[in-house]
Amino acid sequence: MIPAGFSYVRAGSVQEALAELSRHGGAARLLAGGHSLLPAMKLRRAEPGVLVDIGRLRELSYVRLDGDQVAVGALTSHRTLERDPVVAEQVPLLAAAARRIGDPQVRNRGTIGGSLAHADPAADLAAAVLALDGVLVAHGPSGVREIPAGEFFTGPRQSALAADELLTEIRLPAAAGLAHAFEKFSRRALDWAVVGVAVQSRPGGRTAVALIGMGPTPLRAVAVEEALAAGTPAAEARSLAARGCEPPDNAVASSSYRAHLAEVLVGRALAL
Amino acid sequence: MIGSAVPRKEDAALLTGRGTFVDDIHRPGLLHMVYVHSGEAHALITQIDTEAARALPGVVGVWTARDFAELPARPSVPGLERGYLAGDKVHYVGEPVAVVVATDRYLAADAARAVRVEYEPLPVMATVADALAPDAVPIFAPLESNLALEQQVTPHDVADELDASPHRLRARLVNQRCAGAPLEPYGVLADWTGAGPTIWATVQAPHRVRAEIAERFGLARHLVRVIAPDVGGAFGVKSSFMPELFLAPELSRRLGRPVKFVETRGEHMVHTYHGRDQIQEVEVGFDDEGTILALDVTLTVNTGGVPDPVGIALATLTSYMLGGCYRIPKIAARFRSVVTNTTPTASYRGAGRPEASFLIERVVDLVARRLGKDPADVRRVNLVQPGEMPYQTPFEGIVYDEADYPAALDLLLDRLDYAGLREEQERRRADPGAKLLGVGLSTFVEMGGFGPTPLFEQFGYIGGWESANVRLQPDGSAIILVGTAPHGQGHQTALAQIAADELGVPFEAISVLYGDTAVVQEGIGTMGSRGMPVAGNAVRQAAADVAAKARLIAAHMLEAEGDDLVRVEAGFQVKGVPTAEVSLAAVAERSFKPHLLPAGTGLGLECTSYYEPSNLSYPSGAHGCVVEIDRETGHVHVLRYVCVDDCGTVINPMTARGQIHGGVAQGIAQALYEKVSFDADGRPLNASLEDYMLPGMLDLPGYETHHIETKSSFNPLGAKGLGEAGATAAPQAVVNAIVDALAHLGVRDVEMPCTPERVWKAMHHAS
Amino acid sequence: MRVEIVRVEITVNGQPHSREVEPRLLLVHFLRDTLSLTGTHVGCDTSSCGACTVMLDGVAVKSCTVLAAQADGCSVTTVEGLGGPDGLSPVQEGFRQCHGLQCGFCTPGMVMAATALLTERPDPSEQEIRDGLKGNMCRCTGYQMIVESVQWAAANGGAR
Repeated sequence: MIPAGFSYVRAGSVQEALAELSRHGGAARLLAGGHSLLPAMKLRRAEPGVLVDIGRLRELSYVRLDGDQVAVGALTSHRTLERDPVVAEQVPLLAAAARRIGDPQVRNRGTIGGSLAHADPAADLAAAVLALDGVLVAHGPSGVREIPAGEFFTGPRQSALAADELLTEIRLPAAAGLAHAFEKFSRRALDWAVVGVAVQSRPGGRTAVALIGMGPTPLRAVAVEEALAAGTPAAEARSLAARGCEPPDNAVASSSYRAHLAEVLVGRALAL
Repeated sequence: MIGSAVPRKEDAALLTGRGTFVDDIHRPGLLHMVYVHSGEAHALITQIDTEAARALPGVVGVWTARDFAELPARPSVPGLERGYLAGDKVHYVGEPVAVVVATDRYLAADAARAVRVEYEPLPVMATVADALAPDAVPIFAPLESNLALEQQVTPHDVADELDASPHRLRARLVNQRCAGAPLEPYGVLADWTGAGPTIWATVQAPHRVRAEIAERFGLARHLVRVIAPDVGGAFGVKSSFMPELFLAPELSRRLGRPVKFVETRGEHMVHTYHGRDQIQEVEVGFDDEGTILALDVTLTVNTGGVPDPVGIALATLTSYMLGGCYRIPKIAARFRSVVTNTTPTASYRGAGRPEASFLIERVVDLVARRLGKDPADVRRVNLVQPGEMPYQTPFEGIVYDEADYPAALDLLLDRLDYAGLREEQERRRADPGAKLLGVGLSTFVEMGGFGPTPLFEQFGYIGGWESANVRLQPDGSAIILVGTAPHGQGHQTALAQIAADELGVPFEAISVLYGDTAVVQEGIGTMGSRGMPVAGNAVRQAAADVAAKARLIAAHMLEAEGDDLVRVEAGFQVKGVPTAEVSLAAVAERSFKPHLLPAGTGLGLECTSYYEPSNLSYPSGAHGCVVEIDRETGHVHVLRYVCVDDCGTVINPMTARGQIHGGVAQGIAQALYEKVSFDADGRPLNASLEDYMLPGMLDLPGYETHHIETKSSFNPLGAKGLGEAGATAAPQAVVNAIVDALAHLGVRDVEMPCTPERVWKAMHHAS
Repeated sequence: MRVEIVRVEITVNGQPHSREVEPRLLLVHFLRDTLSLTGTHVGCDTSSCGACTVMLDGVAVKSCTVLAAQADGCSVTTVEGLGGPDGLSPVQEGFRQCHGLQCGFCTPGMVMAATALLTERPDPSEQEIRDGLKGNMCRCTGYQMIVESVQWAAANGGAR
């Protein structure tokens, strides 16, 4: 219930935040909405020596249509994603996923950057960003780099983000008018996904399918995508949903049930 | 006022954040106590290093078991005395090993983490099967095996009756372990000033707690004051004698400062005792009509790592209620309570009776399925008929009070549109695109109104009665002191309604106080659905006595005979003489004027009554659940939940409805969501509200409630109690519905909680 | 600048408060222990139960998952800030009229979440109420009478 003690720095700019991260090496963690980090700290699963609070960096909270891309600032709250007209028009899959996160209070505080950086293998937004072929923009001591979503998630709660980097923006190809679906199966309404599926149609008829709860990271259902691309009907392609996945086997669900759920949910998402 | 749905007196404070829960109370110089809990399920403690913790800022001290060796054991099973902290060994994860006191809760939490405990692991037996295996080692000294108690409840067996039955079947049912999980965890604040302590605590029986504390500290009871302030739910789990009830006052005594302990939720999930956790092996004999001829039951209770005096014997109550609301001529029952390396188990809403109702209601459904009959019809042939009441069960002393079980079932079937549902079920079975529909019935009876004294003494209480003091103020308003200690039931409201009718005092002019041993006369407490059937009658009786005396004084004032007076809104009137009237306020004021009272009349209008029930009461009813099941995922959605309850006299229909809803919600939660789980090493798998599936608003249905009001002749008020009925009735209504939905696939049972995965597997394996 | 103690200025129920606090101090403990506003409760340690729900700059948050330092410069409304001299707010009155509370422990958080819901959706459907309050757990009522309480409030003045 009580976090361990830490030093607190409030960053006034991205540069300041980066400077603090560099100064403290691995001891410092960024605090955005705090809805991934603070729960872990209260249970003392995380005991950072320094928290660098970037919550006031309003310049990182935005949604912009930038040509054929939607740029979402890392500090944009789930609440904003649910309501923002540009998101609703251009990347409605992101809104559909945001709507399914936790509960209203959590969505009021939680941020897209915080959620993605936390890299939970069952995070709703991760599925959407993967299916949308998003690119994550990170600022670090040596400048800015862009990380494709497919390369961002490297393990359970591990990402390609270095300890001295700050996620600033998520860039998503606009997908106005293209079919999408988000299917989530959870135990209770407010729980993390046991399995979740994000599906996004692409120009030219390609379909992207992303899964959560099906492995150590959020991942793409490559076999399904390839089958669909080869003209396999959705009702058949769904049976490939768990191919190549190593779904966890734990108290929440067995791996075989997860594999089954993935097929069912992929089938439902593709039917929409 | 009885029968009125008035809003509660309790609400204004609670709604404005002005309630007083234990953690809301601050005392000057307050210190915070935190436990160091065992992270091992079974191990010898080889060393406890407290030095680092003691050196931290704000730390006042760290204590281990040996520091409390002088304190007599906690209330325990005789011969199985339990201490306050683990001594040489730990018996389960979460058992307290050391206690830390610091100047604030943050520093105390830091210090608890700095205590280093070294363990030498012992073999872990986290299940009953492991604990009874031939190679099992005894967990709890001085027991020589893990079989803590084995009891033959009935002196006979039913082998002959089973042999003579045209049909028989066996079943093994599991009533899983649940956590009470009131939203407010356990808390204690003790301030030992002068000759004894004042203790604010989240308890259900303050006088009993006072007695136990006084005994351990060698104090006369008047020196110990126990206050149960606002208590944020209890559901039975706040009736156990947790070590902090004694450690907080002891540390306050030693330190000369107030000491507060408040559980965290994670701590609550492993430290406060759990409920249920019973394996049921059943054999039933029946005829072609489904008439049950004999029942043989062996219950195995997982009592946890340190046997609790209530928990170890709860299967007694299960045994007594095995016949449900059916006429079963012969029942044989026995139970075993087994020690395992898990958190101890004790009372949880219904405490032993829901397990019985679950068993017999599942058995009736199995019998119906075996015979190819409708479960409603099999119930009908077995139900005890209204003309047979009071009904003597096969268990001595267990006599059901007035009820009409068949009428409850008929009303339920009507409200469900049972025939329509059966048609809908067939239609959906034939349509592969439709979700499967299932209907489950639960015709239940349970025990309420605990005592009487000879029964309740066995659970350690001084009696099974309840007390009430009714006192008119000189202005005619009334203060009532009652011996219960409610925690959400609304006694301020319901008891005031009862008193208003007896006294003729407006509901608004009555205050009900409870939960403070320095204020309230000796009382028992709130558990066992005893509020209305026991305390309600105590209030009624005391109020009636006060009213009778008021009538005498009024008669004196009006120069009439008591019998010639009638009650009018303001007070008393001479029959047929509207001008000859006196207000109750005037009578009340007169009662304090010795020179103006009839000769020999004592001063004041006040009476204390102790009401001893003649027997338990038996709330009953019929609940029905309609589920639909996703054929692909196994997800169960409760479409409808319909209740017909007979709790006898309903005091306040609105709060009665709330009690039913809440109980049903916990019952549905047990059926679909909740189970306290451990891995093979005895490590808890769901010790938080993130992992323990306490259902939320979208996870539970709406409820349709109906009443049949058959007054009990066992108490003057005719009330039977209601707090535990829903939790008793609901689990099997849901499970019966699920099995019903899947019956055509050959499914005969799904173990609780019926998670989507379990349901899916049941469908998958059956087909 | 790196600090071990943070000065925070937080307006609670219209009253400005300035305090020096440890960075790790949770907003809920700032309210309960520092300001003695004990209406906001703690029911879990995993941001699950919602008993600690307050309004932070007008939106509902779980105050057990916000540092007091993060609330610096912000405005907080707790259950003590609802209602007023003329009595209970419509949401509070709805809970009283419809028996939306039993033990009362989850109630302050529930009332705050319901008030936030009605601010955004003055006339919610039952499904919207259940969805809007799914982050608040109650162990006593089984929720239906809470739903009815919110419906009563919606029909009798809303989030006011």
